[in-house]
Amino acid sequence: MTLSPQLYQRLGAASGLLGLLWSMLSIGTLGPSLGLMTVGVLLYSWGLYGPKGAGIQNNGVWHNALTNRGLWGWTLGLALTAFYVCIYWFPEVLGFGKETNTGVVALFDPLSYTLNGNRATQWFMYGTLYSFAIVVFGGKFLWKYRHNRYQIFRTLSVIFFQLIFAYWLPEFLAKMNPETPYFAKDLKNMWPLNYYFFDSWHLKNMLKGETLGLFFLIWGLLLIFVISPILTYAYGKRWYCSWVCGCGALAETAGDPFRQLSSTKISVWKLERWMIHLVLVLSLLTTIGLLWSFFGGKTGREIMSQQQFLGGTLIFLSICLVGIGVYKRNAWDRDTQYTLLSLGFLMLGSLAIHSFSDPRHILGLSAVKVQKWYGFGIGAAFSGVLGVGFYPILGSRVWCRFGCPMAAILGLQQRLFSRFRITTNGGQCISCGNCSTYCEMGIDVRSYAQRGENIVRSSCVGCGICSAVCPRGVLRLENDSPNNRLQEPIFPLGHLNSQKGTL
Amino acid sequence: MDPVIIIGNGIAGISCARQLRKRSDVPICIVSEESPYFFARTALMYVYMGHMPKRDLYPYEKSFWKKNRLDRIQERVVEIRPEEKTIVFQSGKTQTYSRLVLALGSKARSLPLPGSDLQGVRGLYHWQDLEALEAHTPKLKQASIIGGGLIGVELAEMLHSRGIEVDFWVRESSFWNTVLPPEESAIINRHIESHGIRLHLNAQVQALQGDDEGAVSHVLTADGKEVPAQWVGATIGVEPNIEFLKQSSLETDRGILVNPYLETNWPDVYAIGDCAQQKNPPSHRRPIEAVWYTGRMMGETLALTLAGKKEAYRPGPWFNSAKFFDIEYQIYGQLSAQADPKNESQIFWQHPSAAKLIRWSFHPETRLFLGVNSLGIRLRHEYFHNHLLAGSTIDQVISGMQAAYFDPEFYPNYHPSILKTLNSY
Repeated sequence: MTLSPQLYQRLGAASGLLGLLWSMLSIGTLGPSLGLMTVGVLLYSWGLYGPKGAGIQNNGVWHNALTNRGLWGWTLGLALTAFYVCIYWFPEVLGFGKETNTGVVALFDPLSYTLNGNRATQWFMYGTLYSFAIVVFGGKFLWKYRHNRYQIFRTLSVIFFQLIFAYWLPEFLAKMNPETPYFAKDLKNMWPLNYYFFDSWHLKNMLKGETLGLFFLIWGLLLIFVISPILTYAYGKRWYCSWVCGCGALAETAGDPFRQLSSTKISVWKLERWMIHLVLVLSLLTTIGLLWSFFGGKTGREIMSQQQFLGGTLIFLSICLVGIGVYKRNAWDRDTQYTLLSLGFLMLGSLAIHSFSDPRHILGLSAVKVQKWYGFGIGAAFSGVLGVGFYPILGSRVWCRFGCPMAAILGLQQRLFSRFRITTNGGQCISCGNCSTYCEMGIDVRSYAQRGENIVRSSCVGCGICSAVCPRGVLRLENDSPNNRLQEPIFPLGHLNSQKGTL
Repeated sequence: MDPVIIIGNGIAGISCARQLRKRSDVPICIVSEESPYFFARTALMYVYMGHMPKRDLYPYEKSFWKKNRLDRIQERVVEIRPEEKTIVFQSGKTQTYSRLVLALGSKARSLPLPGSDLQGVRGLYHWQDLEALEAHTPKLKQASIIGGGLIGVELAEMLHSRGIEVDFWVRESSFWNTVLPPEESAIINRHIESHGIRLHLNAQVQALQGDDEGAVSHVLTADGKEVPAQWVGATIGVEPNIEFLKQSSLETDRGILVNPYLETNWPDVYAIGDCAQQKNPPSHRRPIEAVWYTGRMMGETLALTLAGKKEAYRPGPWFNSAKFFDIEYQIYGQLSAQADPKNESQIFWQHPSAAKLIRWSFHPETRLFLGVNSLGIRLRHEYFHNHLLAGSTIDQVISGMQAAYFDPEFYPNYHPSILKTLNSY
């Protein structure tokens, strides 16, 4: 007897929900629960992508109440949001206790002891579930795009970086170095995505963390100031956002069914520009303020004085400002203006910090409070609650698009100096709009493609789905000389009488 | 000042309006009965299949029309009075024009069969066609498609995606074999069938049968079969949508006759897109080319003329593309389904198992490169466009092929295998 695809999907959903219920009721051990959920996702994927054969699998996406912002979408969104609220503010609801754990968190105790030698925290549970989601939904995504090698390689990469770099290695390193104070040990989680990297306590802990601590300090600095600019120049920000990053990993796997919910409206793009520059200026200013106060403290003073730090910062920002201005002197577009303006604000802000702050207060606000509020606003509320909780409502990349300071910095580099672009294949675009619908960053890809123009946008994370869903083979992600990236929109290829000679 | 009036807001009319606005401040007014805003007709299928929401059909936001001062009237035009430079709407209202652009598009050709006027027998071209199909869908179990062209295979995919059984009636001995060479056509036959579509080749449909309520219920074939179908897609091609002009003094044949400047015989009246028929088409081009790209190019060319820089319509080398379920197809230049060996030689490479194929055509004596088509492999338009314009030989085209592939990164590189095959010719 053969089962119908719908039955596979229903069985899968039932199995997954049963697994979820199992862990919520904290019955027995974690294994059966994760097992049930895995089987659920596999069965569901088989029913969804099995019968159709390799190819684009978007049939019915907008007819389904889970993926068209219908009742099930809202239900899932509310459930996810509630889960995040519990993790961040009410971990005791999940069973995280002062002395011992009960409830769901307790299910993760054995695994936690194995990996890091301590009982589980709600964060350990969250990290485990997060990685688990990336692996199983990554499997679903691989099955969905089994005909597309770019998608396969990219997905294997995010699964690898999540499992090894984000999940296992930090726990392992913590277990091997039980004496050192806490500092972030995720090799790929660079500042400013890791917003507390330059906080005083974190710097102090790294400095006290012996060889390992020093290594992570130097690696962190190299990553943001040397390695990342080089890679972004060569490949665009995709090397990070859709190949390495953990937030990207979840968005591309568990979030994939919701990518079509990102708005492509021009008004939202305008909002995005404002938000991303604001977040950038705020996050950099916070960091500068915190560093400034660190160099006023006991540990910091031995490294450099506040004046030296401020001077260095101003020189660095001036170099960036002049450098960009000179490099872009013949292509003075809006992105350049926004970037220069942001840099100008940063310099003014740094001066203001120096003039109106004392070691414990930054611009009149307590340094500790600034840390806390930035952590709350950006780290928790935005990236977690809004970023993931609202997947089924706002699409899978809300955080990456509007709130991530890392994406903002990489985006500026991508837009201003990079070899990356999405090439439009001559005149083959038929304006169907699949590319725009499935762009998780809400880029109106069609508006470029139908004019025969390359797509060079700071927000593009290079997921490659626009190219995958294009029914006419129009879009291709490419790295090539930066000089011919931003060509003027000409009549699409196919004419003999376009304005630019024979093409 | 009277506006430039464009009748039709498809790709031809809108391309013309956009490019004209870029170059001129003249008032522009777009008239369409079908839809208040330009939409991507090419994406109707994706709305039905649930890939896209209806709102994503519109390539421009509503503010675009206001910002660019492109006025729109949603009404049916019933008459044109060239001597008064006036158009007459169905409501009886009139509007004068300074110049008039006819971008009327196509309509589905109706089936020359008894029963073709039954309810549920319909083409797929207009937004209203899709609405009708959507409204019927809950009641459909089986559907038939008559006519094996590009819209036919799209309709098959659409219906199939909604769980409807499809009988696909094709008159030819193999799918689209007037355009596709035999190997390509065979690949597509197999692919269509692999999706569970019942593909009937060499099919002779004799009549359509209705039920008591006047809705189609069966397809009757010449060999006496009675096949249930609660919907019949009429996809035997499209024809210029010029019914209301047939009796006027406008020169028409199958379409509206135009010279290279896209001018009709009426002063200040132009025709572009699917409804235009070239009196003297450029060599290797047909007089009516009802495809998206030619509509766009005609619209853009005419915009230059209307802005005061008179330009002839000079399409470059032919190109087109399609998708048959999961297989993408592209063509650049000339490549015949049945090559006449005196004028055209062909060589091709085919993947041993996957549906991937590239075929090149060239002149047997001069070795002049004529064209290329591909299934399942994306090719770079610019590469072939330049070679076709430069008059390259097939050998030059082959030797540079490494730069011609447009598949996404990390896709298998078939180039060595392709070269090996070609060297064995």
